[in-house]
Amino acid sequence: MTSSVAPPTSDLTAPPGGLAARLEVAGVGDRIYTTVITGFAASIPLLLVFIAVAVGVAAWPALHQFGFSFLTSSTWDPVHGIFGAAPALYGTLVSSILALIIATPLAIGVAIYLSEFAPAWLRQPVSFLVDLLAAVPSVVYGLWGIFVLIPLLRDYVVPFFKDTLRLGSTPLFSGPSYGPSMLAAGIILAIMVLPYISAVSREVLLAVPRAQREAALALGATRWETIWGAVLPYARSGIIGGVILGLGRALGETMAVTMVIGNRHEISASLLAPGYTMASLIANQFTEATGDLHLSALMAVGFTLFVLTLIVNALARWLVWRVSRGPMP
Amino acid sequence: MTVAPPRPVPPRRREHPSISQRAYAERTVKTLTRRKVVNSVMVGLTWVAAVLATLPLLFILFYLLKKGATSLTPAFFTQMPKPIGESGGGMANAIIGTMILVGIATCIGLPIGIGAGLYLAEHKGTKLATIVRFLSDVLNGLPSIVMGIFAWQFIVRPMGHFSAIAGGIALGAMMIPMVTRTTEEMVRLVPTSLREAALALGYTRWRTSLVIVLRTAAAGIVTGALVAIARIAGETAPLFFTALGNQFSSTSLNEPIAALPLQIFHYAISPYDSAHALAWAGAVVLIGLVLIVSIAARFATRARFGNAAD
Repeated sequence: MTSSVAPPTSDLTAPPGGLAARLEVAGVGDRIYTTVITGFAASIPLLLVFIAVAVGVAAWPALHQFGFSFLTSSTWDPVHGIFGAAPALYGTLVSSILALIIATPLAIGVAIYLSEFAPAWLRQPVSFLVDLLAAVPSVVYGLWGIFVLIPLLRDYVVPFFKDTLRLGSTPLFSGPSYGPSMLAAGIILAIMVLPYISAVSREVLLAVPRAQREAALALGATRWETIWGAVLPYARSGIIGGVILGLGRALGETMAVTMVIGNRHEISASLLAPGYTMASLIANQFTEATGDLHLSALMAVGFTLFVLTLIVNALARWLVWRVSRGPMP
Repeated sequence: MTVAPPRPVPPRRREHPSISQRAYAERTVKTLTRRKVVNSVMVGLTWVAAVLATLPLLFILFYLLKKGATSLTPAFFTQMPKPIGESGGGMANAIIGTMILVGIATCIGLPIGIGAGLYLAEHKGTKLATIVRFLSDVLNGLPSIVMGIFAWQFIVRPMGHFSAIAGGIALGAMMIPMVTRTTEEMVRLVPTSLREAALALGYTRWRTSLVIVLRTAAAGIVTGALVAIARIAGETAPLFFTALGNQFSSTSLNEPIAALPLQIFHYAISPYDSAHALAWAGAVVLIGLVLIVSIAARFATRARFGNAAD
């Protein structure tokens, strides 16, 4: 802060006044600016805290009354005020895991293709098309699921599993198939999480140093052996992070799942039976919830979902960061 | 040194290795063939995966156009919905409603997101920056339905009724982490020399940031903001608990308001064919918006675009 600083002459938008006044204005402006952007930045952690507190407080009556049995009981009886969310928890986990089983090999396959084999001119368009899947609104997936996917499953895919592969007697494919089912939800979710897993995997694979590949190739490895032995192990924790990120998306996905899963509060081993997920349970019953306890029970489901996705997301980000952005402090 | 080996030995030596060498060579050729086969199969499989992964999008777009294009008449954009079950009518109120909701969300999400992004870029190493960066990624992955029940508990419940403003706030909160991360990345691309030049010319820090840095990064930030807007415009779950939907035309921020995704949902689960047709048309509009923005965004920042939709 010396007095010998010459004011820039070309600066026509500068505030008027002498040097002292300008410095004063400058100091104040900088202080305001820093305070404001720090405040905005701090609003993100605050928002998370608010969400946790607001939903947690609303969920408290139900959590307090039912305790741990809220997660293990499968009675959901608004009339008598008894609530257990086990079927929704089960449905959430099963549909998400089914989605991951379908999507993960595909997503990693695309990522490997794009990072290792695709010709340069194909790389951008293909990754764009896959990424675009993440931009399709969830309600559009649901609409497509109701009118295209479910009839397709009912008329072709399920008969194929039941009759051609004779899997009808196994628990997974037992029972009649009406259409809306855990299987439909899993497939829709698989399409929806595919772009997340593949985008992260692709980035992580591209971050693997060239030397890693060249060393393996120089030792006489085939291209696949190079990938399997030298590239994938290097990228492993990042890819796992991507898969877990996809899991986080699948756990909380609401609209598309609500539209195709059938919304029945029962645990069934069969993938063809309708089910519930935590998100679809809330979406379905929220506006019709009458009693305070019913509402609180739905909030408790929301709180469980919040905690679950929070953990899953934090884990995923941490894993991805470890690979692509250096270690977290 | 030993004496030269007796005669019988060299032939044996020569014979013995030559047999094992042949076996070895045969085995090597066999493994090599097997390795080559495995290689081609796996490479082929990644190729199949790439085809399979691009199919769903094309499949969805195909059906949308097939089923929705015929209902996409001028009436769709200008008329009000008919009572459910009657054919005809449009979604004018829902389109306006979505615009209002997105407008409110942008007013909240954009300034806060850009501010937080500037903070992250300018205070890279601080503890708060690390925490905020991490948590904004976590927040980004939070289910939208959680944001919905949060907004319900926080705004709708105290107010006593559903309203457009609550919906806008819920969507705006979802927008913040998306805009934050794009802004940070774009601002980081602005050369330090530019910032230093402005400071050397006597610009204060805040004016350097707002006038020089932000303007240089503007194209990228606008692109990111548009992608975020397209994203929240299609959100349905949070609106269930906040904006609720409305069969009538309303522009009051204090009343429940219609929204395109909500309307699509209600029409899709209704039993009437006419309603289904409108749902498909609405979906075409929604996805058209997303596609146009995503493609425009891609061309605007072609240089660094790995994750247009992310």
